[in-house]
Amino acid sequence: MEDRTNQITGAEIVIRCLQEENVKFLFGYPGGAVLNIYDAIFKQDKFKHVLVRHEQAAVHAADAFSRATGDVGVALVTSGPGATNAITGIATAYMDSIPLVVISGQVPTPAIGMDAFQEVDMVGVTRPCVKHNFLIKDIKDIATTMKKAFYIASTGRPGPVVVDIPKDITAQFAEFEYPKSVEMRSYNPILKGHSGQIKKALKLMLEAKRPMIYSGGGAVLGDCSDELVKLTRRLGFPITNTLMGLGGYPATDKQFVGMPGMHGTYEANMSMQNCDVLIAIGSRFDDRVIGNTEHFYNKDRTIIHIDIDPSSISKRVKVDVPIVGHVQSVLTEMNELLDGEFKALTENKPDAGALKAWWKQIEEWRSKDCLSYTQSDEVIKPQFVIEKLWEVTKGEAFVTSDVGQHQMWAAQYYKFDKPRRWLNSGGLGTMGVGLPYAMGAQLAFPDAQVACVTGEGSIQMNIQELSTCKQFHLPIKVILLNNRYLGMVRQWQQFFYGNRYSESYMDSLPDFVKLAESYGHVGMLIEKPSDVESALKHAFSPELKERFVFMNFLTDPKENVFPMVPNGKGLSEMILSEEL
Amino acid sequence: MKHIISLLMENEAGALSRVAGLFSARAYNIESLTVAPTEDATLSRMTIVTSGSEEVIEQIIKQLNKLVDVVKVLDLNDGRFIERELMLVKVKATGVFRDEMKRMCDIFRGRIIDVADGSYTIELTGSGSKLDAFLEALDNTAILETVRTGASGIGRGDRILKV
Ligand SMILES: Cc1ncc(C[n+]2csc(CCOP(=O)(O)OP(=O)(O)O)c2C)c(N)n1
Repeated sequence: MEDRTNQITGAEIVIRCLQEENVKFLFGYPGGAVLNIYDAIFKQDKFKHVLVRHEQAAVHAADAFSRATGDVGVALVTSGPGATNAITGIATAYMDSIPLVVISGQVPTPAIGMDAFQEVDMVGVTRPCVKHNFLIKDIKDIATTMKKAFYIASTGRPGPVVVDIPKDITAQFAEFEYPKSVEMRSYNPILKGHSGQIKKALKLMLEAKRPMIYSGGGAVLGDCSDELVKLTRRLGFPITNTLMGLGGYPATDKQFVGMPGMHGTYEANMSMQNCDVLIAIGSRFDDRVIGNTEHFYNKDRTIIHIDIDPSSISKRVKVDVPIVGHVQSVLTEMNELLDGEFKALTENKPDAGALKAWWKQIEEWRSKDCLSYTQSDEVIKPQFVIEKLWEVTKGEAFVTSDVGQHQMWAAQYYKFDKPRRWLNSGGLGTMGVGLPYAMGAQLAFPDAQVACVTGEGSIQMNIQELSTCKQFHLPIKVILLNNRYLGMVRQWQQFFYGNRYSESYMDSLPDFVKLAESYGHVGMLIEKPSDVESALKHAFSPELKERFVFMNFLTDPKENVFPMVPNGKGLSEMILSEEL
Repeated sequence: MKHIISLLMENEAGALSRVAGLFSARAYNIESLTVAPTEDATLSRMTIVTSGSEEVIEQIIKQLNKLVDVVKVLDLNDGRFIERELMLVKVKATGVFRDEMKRMCDIFRGRIIDVADGSYTIELTGSGSKLDAFLEALDNTAILETVRTGASGIGRGDRILKV
């Protein structure tokens, strides 16, 4: 017999790696190819395994845990269908640059390529939607591969990494030693921005007459809020946060002009379009943010772009001053320069008169009050629900959303003052993330208020997770804005398809109150505007603090999201209201 | 414009598919792509011939650099370089063609590496455009089969791509 002193199984090695990485939660679902790993999970108690009801939700929940905390999220799925069920979750995280490690079981090494039961080429299938992936072929590679996976996922521009592990390898024996660090000659993310470029940018910013700061998801992921606030306040510039960047700068601050883009505010879009120096920070000139690139082009505008990913720079829009580096490091350097070397230069800079005139212009745009809506006594306006939600939770909640009109209303009307509080799928636009995102956030912060703003279409895409929420006693509050339509689809059909509402009515809805109750949760039906506030207060009261509450708000079925920049149009070509 | 991009990447399974997948996913052109291990067996060297506007080429280089397995990328067109490609052509060598083919082969400094009753196989190296010129010079009906390796490129003089 072979000497196995000091040796453990491949499965145990996987678990030890997760422990070494201080993983707190492993979101997963068992199956044949990962049974060895599940056996090793059974024998450990350092981290908690969260059994979801569908692998897609495992990855979303891990993703949300990461969005809320900044740590790497971890999920475990079996081979074949388990692996393919995880794809939407992985692609969602990839599009929003969320650091994840997804471990998938694979059929035993000798069976690979044999069309074995539950075999799928996971490395091949995930290649276009991961930052990197690995197929482990030797038990001796598990520890270094896992170390690399966490390192790659969390550094540079973050993203999901898949580690595919054949079943036979998890049953073999080897010694375990976790590497202290990794070095990869092919992967060396840049941290510090180029000093010359930073100075050049700062000079331009100080000379600007109509400056505008446009920060995105990268500013949230790069944890640079403190530096961003310091810089923005000190310079007195207007600032907008993209859908992914909300909370990066406090929304209740007067320098904040709202979100830009397709459903951004009039003032944010007009400022983006008409500024003379645009400072993009961890944002990527996405089509939903700047609309038509040709229309966006403005020869009188200089663009400074700070981003950790060189390939994000000058991709859609040509940039004048690129700065490749970690946003936190670059902004810190800018702030230091303003206090030090640039101190003399900052005298009378930025030009107070010009800035005042610019703000006057912005206030004029702001006075359009583009987010106003007509309140009703009869029917609940979705915007009103979000406003009240903000009040009742004092703006402190973690808010997750699905995809559709409700997502835009949540983004527009919930004023996020802190980063990592707003969790949504901006890049891939995945309906179904809302509930699993709430699970990840609530597990990360058990005492926090977590609200899932959703639509009756989206919530049904991962409704099975009501069961997981019961098992893990997650006191999430679901805010269902139930308009009986796939609202965002209906809105496009109304505007661009001559009111032909093709397949956008959500027929045969369940009784959501009974459905929630059948899982042992609290269900509420809210039909009148006058009941909105009291219902929300009740749901968030100490009495229901420990309970999962499903709030079914019957909202105005015909309400639309405004302002709107129609697809392919320019930022200043917004539709502001129904009358237009 | 046509660009020749050289890159060094970890000699791992699937490395080639990462590059090929990148080009197809982002709709970049690939004219040819060659890959083989280098003197350091842990590294593969790849030569990609592509075309696109300067912006597209810039994105291609950035996206290639972003691949975790890629160690170094060099746009050979940024400096002076040499390009070589190998082609094997099987041509008819009957009747009038028999002398004609030998003559053309000599003019282009090719070599006949296989002789059969009715055909020659000619080996030719050079830049892609030289190989194109050779094919154009031949009577089309005489060409039985062609196979090309795709270009390999290397910088001139001190331009060295190495880890
Ligand atoms: C998985 C998925 N399928 C389809 C879509 C396209 N889509 C975008 S919004 C939307 C409607 C969402 O309806 P609902 O969840 O009821 O929200 P509402 O817009 O009514 O607020 C659809 C179908 C999507 N984003 N994701």
